[in-house]
Amino acid sequence: MNAPCTSLTPSILPLRLEHVAYEFRGRTLLQDVNLTITAGGKTVLLGPNGAGKSLIMRLCHGLLAPTAGRITWAGGPIAWARDRQAMVFQRPIMLRRSVAENIEYPLSLRGFGRGLRRQRLREALQMAGLTNHANLPARLLSGGEQQRVALARAWVIRPEVLLLDEPTANLDPTATGAVEQVIEEFAQAGVKIIMTTHDLSEARRLADEIVFMHRGCVAEHQPARQFFGAPQSREGKAFLAGQLSW
Amino acid sequence: MSDITQAFPLAARLLLQFDPLLREIIGLSLAVSLTAVVLAAIVGLPLGAGLALLRFPTRNFFIVLNNTLLGLPPVVVGLVVYLLLSRSGPFGFLGLLFTPAAMVLAQCVLVTPIIMALTRQQIEDLWLEYAEQLQSMGASRLLAIPTLLWEGRHSLMTCVLAGFGRAIGEVGAIIIVGGNIDHYTRTMTTAIALETSKGNLALALALGFVLITLSMVVNGTVYGLKEHALRHDLSGITAP
Repeated sequence: MNAPCTSLTPSILPLRLEHVAYEFRGRTLLQDVNLTITAGGKTVLLGPNGAGKSLIMRLCHGLLAPTAGRITWAGGPIAWARDRQAMVFQRPIMLRRSVAENIEYPLSLRGFGRGLRRQRLREALQMAGLTNHANLPARLLSGGEQQRVALARAWVIRPEVLLLDEPTANLDPTATGAVEQVIEEFAQAGVKIIMTTHDLSEARRLADEIVFMHRGCVAEHQPARQFFGAPQSREGKAFLAGQLSW
Repeated sequence: MSDITQAFPLAARLLLQFDPLLREIIGLSLAVSLTAVVLAAIVGLPLGAGLALLRFPTRNFFIVLNNTLLGLPPVVVGLVVYLLLSRSGPFGFLGLLFTPAAMVLAQCVLVTPIIMALTRQQIEDLWLEYAEQLQSMGASRLLAIPTLLWEGRHSLMTCVLAGFGRAIGEVGAIIIVGGNIDHYTRTMTTAIALETSKGNLALALALGFVLITLSMVVNGTVYGLKEHALRHDLSGITAP
């Protein structure tokens, strides 16, 4: 399988958040987040619901702007790095068209010719195990299959960074396994994975490093083995022990 | 009361006999209204979507203007189009006054704001659902216009149908610009107006029933197509 990212262009990593805060209607949802995510491996933002994980993903992807602080990709603004990253949402929107047309859509937006679109489509369908589903209406697929369509749609743009927001929430174990396998394909192709989850066992399976979040703050940022072996923060310890209350 | 009771059998007889004169005015009514609606859709769908998605300083003014034009009185539209197309008007040289083309133009003016306003609402609702996903994939608000028009195609059919309803039942504008000329610009509604003024109330009412039947057939056809499309999701059709 070809690597989805090209190495000729300068990297958009590291991703750096400096004193980032986000307020909404007078409520502080994120406060003074300082975080640096470097190239390589899979970074998992772990934490209970409402910790601010999905919000950070949206801020890093440029879907929202922080109310304070600065987010940079390799020192540059988000817009500069936008084309080199893809995001897969917890509930991906399937366009009312076929699986193949869904996957080709981001390439059409970028003005790719038909030949190149078809070639990347074939690769993506094969990678996500969707070759037999290419002509089916995407909205008729199961949740797990739709999530794989979303991953294939991300694959075709050959991102350097893949942002995944709770990609397996609401999926059964089989579908979760299939989605995680596709995520591994991205990682093996050299794509930096940044994903959120509240699922401890998923984080154990996938993470190379953990950013543990609690109440809109980064409580801990450690290599995964270290975090699961000996968490440093009180909140991290409580979460691992299943005792963290919101 | 007797006019009403006479109207039902008369309407049935008109339909069953398929009178050539009736056929002619049904044909013209459909041709004028469908052409006007198609033209209004070509203009109104993208403009409505643009008003929903694009952000510019006078946007709110245009939304209010669009909503105001929903209640545009047909006779006023007829009068304005009449003045524009009359011999002394700016477009008099086209010689369109008292032709079906003038009727199409007048109905188009009436229907476009309806399609625009309903499209704007539909696309705004769709944008709430699609915004993050489309922006994430690299679609600007401008590029999202054709995408969302395609995504909303099933519900937008209802917007176009609302426009057709306005056009097919309208008389004030087309009677002014068309002139209700026998065998040339006489439609169902202008014929109803004429028969009413002549005192042939039963015939006028019967024509009204025929018009409603006609409208029902068009609406039923579009509804059937929409349901069929929804079931099969038209996945084979190449999307923009």
